[in-house]
Amino acid sequence: MDATILSFLLLDGLQNGVVYGLLALSLVLVFAVTRVILVPIGELLMFAPLSLVWLLEGKLPGTLWLALALGGAWALMARGRGALLPLVGGVGLFLLFLLAKGVPPLAYLAAVLLVVYLGVATYRVFFQPMRGATVLSLLIMAVGLHVAYQGLGLVFFGPEQFRPAPLLSGEVVVGLSWQGVLVLLFAALSLMALYLFFRFSLFGKALLAAAENRLGARLLGIRPEEAGMVAFGIASLLAAFSGLLLAPLINAAYFMGFMLGLKGFVAAILGGLASYPVAFLGALLVGFFESFTSFYASAYKEALVFLLLVPALFYQSLRARTVEE
Amino acid sequence: MKRWLVALLVLGLSALAQEALKVGVVVSATGPAASLGIPERNTFLMLQEMLDRTGGVAGRKVQFVILDDASDTTQAVRNTRRLVEEGVVAIIGTTTTPASLGMIPVVAEAKVPMISLAASKDIIHPVDAQRFWVFKTPQTEELMARAIVADMVARGVKTVAYIGFNDAYGEGWARFFEAEAKAKGLQVVASERYARTDTSVTGQVLRILARRPDAVLIGASGTPAVLPQRTLKERGYAGLIYQTHGVANPDFLRVGGKDVEGTLLPAGPILVAEQLPGTFPSKRVALDYIQRYEAKYGIGSYSTFGAHAWDAWLILKPALERALKRADPAKDLAAFRAALRDEIEATRNLVATHGVFTFSREDHLGLRFEDAAVMVRVENGRWKLERIFR
Repeated sequence: MDATILSFLLLDGLQNGVVYGLLALSLVLVFAVTRVILVPIGELLMFAPLSLVWLLEGKLPGTLWLALALGGAWALMARGRGALLPLVGGVGLFLLFLLAKGVPPLAYLAAVLLVVYLGVATYRVFFQPMRGATVLSLLIMAVGLHVAYQGLGLVFFGPEQFRPAPLLSGEVVVGLSWQGVLVLLFAALSLMALYLFFRFSLFGKALLAAAENRLGARLLGIRPEEAGMVAFGIASLLAAFSGLLLAPLINAAYFMGFMLGLKGFVAAILGGLASYPVAFLGALLVGFFESFTSFYASAYKEALVFLLLVPALFYQSLRARTVEE
Repeated sequence: MKRWLVALLVLGLSALAQEALKVGVVVSATGPAASLGIPERNTFLMLQEMLDRTGGVAGRKVQFVILDDASDTTQAVRNTRRLVEEGVVAIIGTTTTPASLGMIPVVAEAKVPMISLAASKDIIHPVDAQRFWVFKTPQTEELMARAIVADMVARGVKTVAYIGFNDAYGEGWARFFEAEAKAKGLQVVASERYARTDTSVTGQVLRILARRPDAVLIGASGTPAVLPQRTLKERGYAGLIYQTHGVANPDFLRVGGKDVEGTLLPAGPILVAEQLPGTFPSKRVALDYIQRYEAKYGIGSYSTFGAHAWDAWLILKPALERALKRADPAKDLAAFRAALRDEIEATRNLVATHGVFTFSREDHLGLRFEDAAVMVRVENGRWKLERIFR
């Protein structure tokens, strides 16, 4: 191996790693606040670029109807004043989609808002009613939703991949495209934004409080439902942006999201599903590890990446005291 | 009086139900193999319409019982059991190799003839006690690998690299391609794998580039086959790039765009039916299928995968007609199934969309290399006939 190959592999690992990192952060955030392991995050990620492709071709994607249906259920469940948000959001989303057909900047915005709306509605409709349930029940619900969303993805978008045009074409240096730079920039920006949000905004602090101690936060007037919706909103927002930026590099398809989410999950596990910085570093590790194993032993890449879980889980199980429920 | 009427009605209905010949179909209309399974299912829906209009086979109605296996082996096996219990005379399917292999013991035990729509040679070779009941229509990897290697030799290629799926498809291709290449004196300098869901193949491509092969074969199917090719182009690879016939659908061209210009691939003759010389046996049959399919599903909608399903019916129809003369499915279903199997095996020189089928006791693929494979090149986003082997 020479320096050129090494640098290519490092760049490739970095680019994949930061995406796993953003997904890992989302998973940790959602888990901390709601104790849900958000398995369908990969589907949310893929819905964004696929909906975009549909909009750019002047068609309304099936995900819109899914989002509106869930929004409707949300409004019914909330009733009264609480129904205002899903209703206004749903109508706004629908109008935006009508306007955004074939109009690129609006279509990007519409795709992001769609996924955020869908993510929040998913929490409100499926997870909030069972918020007292065990982690296992929540996980089963999450897996069920993953299967359902993936199946719906096939119905909405068909079995093949799609490639939206990149926002920026061409390469900065050999081995790193401008689109790849966008991915890295976005990752850096969102890391900074998340830090500022949790460190300085009241809402962020409330979220952290809800994650640390649900009952305590409640006593201080923080509503856990609201915290859950915000956590799902942030996670879907990160997923939507990652998906839109990644799609031109990887070709989006309904079945592509699960693996991304799973690797994000491996990274989150490396961080014990609790620590943001460790999860992000873990994601970079997964990215580099994957890139190098694909060079040296491509046939065993997947197996080796998931093998990373074994020492991490071993360490966690040695360290764990009691399970806090 | 009323009771009698009801009894008569039931009798009449059951007589009608016995009239219809049930043909079981298992396809992967959902799941990862859906891009292959959907045109196959569409072909059977189209056939059902045609048969309902024209009155079926030898004056008997034919009913296709179409089940989706979601690209899953367990589901395919369960579907097969259900079809056997429903009393089908034969089973066509399924789309993928692993699931087809899973179906073999079930049909062999129930003694029902089966025509698989999947690629691997393992499905029909060797013809043992179980595979006695199994036939298939698509070309094997072995046959297509022969076409690729012949083309490489003709172009003076000396060293080749392989990158393929890390599943049955990619492994099967690796096995047959590398064996054929070595037999013809080509040197295989790298053999890499990747997953359908992979988002990057940079590592594998760098490894291939470091070995400087004259040609690279990508053993993948559908749109996920684009990623390695694009990465090769991005990393400045200037040699020949070959794909397998698994990419012969319009979506590959759509996603690949200019990155897949110049790709060479082997294909069944139907892919370039219009460009075939008039003497090519499959030309007329293939054009007929394309015209019918496009009339129902729209211009440009046909794919070579649906044509495998059409070929299965082309084989089954005359076999059914002959078997109906020998046995009556209403009286003795087991005898009819056995007779049908014998008649399928007796198929000789049957011209279909992908080649000419001649089955024998030892050969349940029945395709001859010269009639079943052509080399195609991607030119201006279209399939262009490059070489025929006749």
